[in-house]
Amino acid sequence: MIKLKDIRKSYTTGFNELQVLKGIDLEIEAGEFVSIMGSSGSGKSTLLNILGILDDYDSGTYHLDDTFIDKTLSQKQAALLRNRFIGFVFQSFNLLNFKTAWENVALPLYYQKVNRKERQGIALDYLERVGLREWADHLPTQLSGGQQQRVAIARALITKPKVILADEPTGALDSQTSYDVMEIFKQVNDEGITVVVVTHENDIAGMSKRIIRLTDGLIGESVVNEH
Amino acid sequence: MFDYEKWQEIFNSIRRHKLRTLLTALSVWWGIFMLVILMGMGNGLQNSVEHNFKDDAINSLWMWPGRTSKPYKGLPAGRWIRFTNEDYDLVKNQIEQVDNITGRYYPRGEFAIKYKEKSLSFDIRAVHPGHQFLENTIVTNGRFINDKDIEEKRKVCVIGKIVAEDFFGREMDPIGEYLSIKGVKFQVVGVFYDEGHRREMQYVYTPITTMQSVESANGRMHMMMMTVGNASIAESKFIEARIRSELAVRHKFDPNDREAIYINNEAENYEEFQMVFRVIKAFLWFVGIGSIIAGVIGVSNIMLIVVKDRTKEIGIRKAIGATPGSIISMILQESIFLTSVAGYIGVISGFSLIYLLNYILVEVEFDFEYFRDPEVDFMTILYALIFLVICGALAGLIPALQAVRINAVTAMKG
Repeated sequence: MIKLKDIRKSYTTGFNELQVLKGIDLEIEAGEFVSIMGSSGSGKSTLLNILGILDDYDSGTYHLDDTFIDKTLSQKQAALLRNRFIGFVFQSFNLLNFKTAWENVALPLYYQKVNRKERQGIALDYLERVGLREWADHLPTQLSGGQQQRVAIARALITKPKVILADEPTGALDSQTSYDVMEIFKQVNDEGITVVVVTHENDIAGMSKRIIRLTDGLIGESVVNEH
Repeated sequence: MFDYEKWQEIFNSIRRHKLRTLLTALSVWWGIFMLVILMGMGNGLQNSVEHNFKDDAINSLWMWPGRTSKPYKGLPAGRWIRFTNEDYDLVKNQIEQVDNITGRYYPRGEFAIKYKEKSLSFDIRAVHPGHQFLENTIVTNGRFINDKDIEEKRKVCVIGKIVAEDFFGREMDPIGEYLSIKGVKFQVVGVFYDEGHRREMQYVYTPITTMQSVESANGRMHMMMMTVGNASIAESKFIEARIRSELAVRHKFDPNDREAIYINNEAENYEEFQMVFRVIKAFLWFVGIGSIIAGVIGVSNIMLIVVKDRTKEIGIRKAIGATPGSIISMILQESIFLTSVAGYIGVISGFSLIYLLNYILVEVEFDFEYFRDPEVDFMTILYALIFLVICGALAGLIPALQAVRINAVTAMKG
């Protein structure tokens, strides 16, 4: 599903050039549930952004579902690929506060030009799946953190993506809620969707099927979890 | 199609910053309002001047005798030139382009006009029949002075509407009554109305020959006026030169002497006025457009702040698949909406004020010489609308491009 070869990325800050990714080789099969771990500064967020086509890379090759993701992709093409292939879940939920739960969930379909009535129907189905059907007309500010993250997961799923990319999805949640959220990811993965979670919490990483450790911009070890 | 999502966002953005939006809208409103008012006032001024021209035939030449400034054929400079009925005959017979012509003679001294016991003071113009066409005199009752009156030196007069009302009231028919002018009884044969200034209806016209003989003036005229049909400016200037040279021969003055007789070419004056108004209008547009631009820059600034405020939101949208095009159209739509609503209210309020002013002017029968029918036409509104949409789009352009450049990752972190 995901195939990275010798991916390099550096940032220039002032006169200093900072090498963040120093040649990442990584393969993630379809249907895997992978967590990427690493201390801060190890480059895991940069890696996730490249995987999510939110950021470009300097050199190497990236294939997503056998599609070559050119580093010179136009913004429009990148947007279309993101919309079709990838569902994002973020640490800070990143819901739009002036839209209700179902409107937030339905937003990716808006960019696929699905009409509003149809969007609403689909969004309500996905809210049902994360157990928030009756909260559909609430604004994000009226929901708890765990509920907001579940709305965000529903939003990530609504386009039937190939890959779910989650950046510290439990970082802002207490442990019980974190487990609930991870449970949803597990269910999603059971349906065959590839899930990649970036985290620095061992117990969260422990719930995935494979742990990839990132140190100093390189892949360290790759451990398969026994369940 | 009605895109609920986009409108929801626009109203949200506006609702969250009521004061900011209001102040921005105010600047656009003011710009358009000023433009409409300026245009209305400009038109009012122009209409008023054009109306004053309407009083007289536009394609006309007016001439007064002067004093020679150059010696000519042994005659010294400083000679007074006098117009007589022979000058009238000369121009009438020699210059074929002249279609209506009249001389004018003003009776000497101060005097009152009497009707029975009533004694009032009005000015008298002793004229030829052609005068009717030069002052655009509209005879509402009876007739104007005719050729027979001139030939037979009849003691008749044609009076203005105001003169008639002052002597005879609104009810009585003045035709056939006698007015006493300088001790001579003149029979009223006509009453006239004039579209120009009220003052024009306070005159009494008599045949020029009658008044000349009453005053023993030997055919003297104070001035001469004529229309030149459909002649162009160039043609009327040519006719003017021909008349000048004909009169120069008769009165023995240098044809290049500009002071021997004075000729005022109304067509030329009219052209000059038109030119002046073109300049004034260009200036008003300049000022008006300037104030709109100031408003538009205000909108542009506010939209930049809007984009900054919504950086995180735009980042989120990009992450879930918003194309650059959709981001641009979101910002542009808000900008265009804000500009055109505020601008349109400006257009409407500007027009309302102009129409109110117009209404008041008509109601109080205000007859101020420099202001009349301040109006703006419908096409101007249409152009204003198109203009506003373009302005809105321009105002939103830089902020929208800014929004597109937002990096989704950093925006969501912030």
